[in-house]
Amino acid sequence: MSATAADKFGFAINRTRLINYDTTDRKVRGYISEREPSFRLCFACGGCTASCTAGQHTTFNLRRMNTYIRRGEIAPLREEVTRCMLCGKCLLVCPRGVNTRNVVAVASEAIRKFERNEL
Amino acid sequence: MDKHVVVIGGGVAGIEAAGTLAEMGLRVSVIEKEEEAGGHITGWHALFPDRRPAKEVTEYLRHRIRHNNITLITKATVERINHHGHSFSVNVSDGTSLNADAVIVATGFDLFDARRKEEYGYGIYDDVITSADLEIMFASNKVLTSAGKVPSRIGFVHCVGSRDEKVNNNHCSKVCCVTAVKQAIEVREILPDCEVFCFYMDMRMFGPLYEELYRESQEKYNVNYIRGKVSEASSTINGRVSVRVEDTLAGRPLKMEIDLLVLMVGMEMSKTGERLAEASGLSTGVNRFLKSADHHYGSNESGKKGIFYAGTCTAPMNITDTISHARAAVTETINYLNSR
Repeated sequence: MSATAADKFGFAINRTRLINYDTTDRKVRGYISEREPSFRLCFACGGCTASCTAGQHTTFNLRRMNTYIRRGEIAPLREEVTRCMLCGKCLLVCPRGVNTRNVVAVASEAIRKFERNEL
Repeated sequence: MDKHVVVIGGGVAGIEAAGTLAEMGLRVSVIEKEEEAGGHITGWHALFPDRRPAKEVTEYLRHRIRHNNITLITKATVERINHHGHSFSVNVSDGTSLNADAVIVATGFDLFDARRKEEYGYGIYDDVITSADLEIMFASNKVLTSAGKVPSRIGFVHCVGSRDEKVNNNHCSKVCCVTAVKQAIEVREILPDCEVFCFYMDMRMFGPLYEELYRESQEKYNVNYIRGKVSEASSTINGRVSVRVEDTLAGRPLKMEIDLLVLMVGMEMSKTGERLAEASGLSTGVNRFLKSADHHYGSNESGKKGIFYAGTCTAPMNITDTISHARAAVTETINYLNSR
């Protein structure tokens, strides 16, 4: 990337932090929602994250991952899904009966397909 | 009107319905399963949102049920309602049978048995108690741990047995949020040095003055709110209770040691109500509460002529709504008897 005249003077345009719902891609959400419909039931209580062993030591957070998927924010997901150990403790806790473990499995599948333009 | 109405249940709804009918000149029999009428409120110390002593309301109810037209039958349940043309016979557990022109079902609710949420340790750890247990402590004006120590930190777990598919209760019990706020304030008054934390999923301040009470708890009483469902409680080596939760607003798991953990137990359809519904062919809804004929304009109607519903046998309710619902059940009953 070539430096612009503005950059030379220390100016740059910050990338927007906005979730632009009109441009984000919700194909991953559609894929998961279809294959594991219980995904839609999450009401963001965080019980999964509280019980999560991986989440004690890494940034893995299933509750937040769920929100990212719903909003079509794919970029933060790629690494997140690899952190889950699929132990299923969250499954025992979830008050909405979300099949959490399968959400992660289907999500990683969806991301792989998304990156190969197969969605 | 020389008619006889059987009211099943002598809690807040049953007493209010019976009292109103009696005042209008009808004969009423109230059947109550406990030794005394009064319902769950008799075990409560103070009421939300104004924190008036519960005694004032129980006194009102006690006065209400003392009427020449009312016969109170205690330590008895109704096994079945039978329909015969324009009248009913009601089978009572003591073997007797009562004839009635109409029946009001006011079987109320059961408090959720907190032992069913094993991961919270009620009945296992002595310093895990329920909201009902805390009311008993308030009545003695002493809030202490099982070891008799003054707690320096108390936690309230919202939605215990409510909004939880794992215990087959998907419904919101409605009143526990504001009860937690009220109890948090009371703890801060009795123990000004004790930190108080509420672990909530959503704060449902549905009634008048509830939101104001919530605000007051923050402004005046410095109650802390952490948004997240507690996943488990365990005992620590120094005899405290350790809770795990996600602080969902910070987006990180959180661990905290607490001296006294209060479980905000929800409301479920009562077992006696469930049995009665099954035996008498009354339909129940998704959360096992009695299903009214119409959710909006027929919430007192059972769908069977002459049988009406009052209070929390249809859904979780606060005292105010229970009393209104009971009075409405009386209106429906009178209309039915007049038009028969």
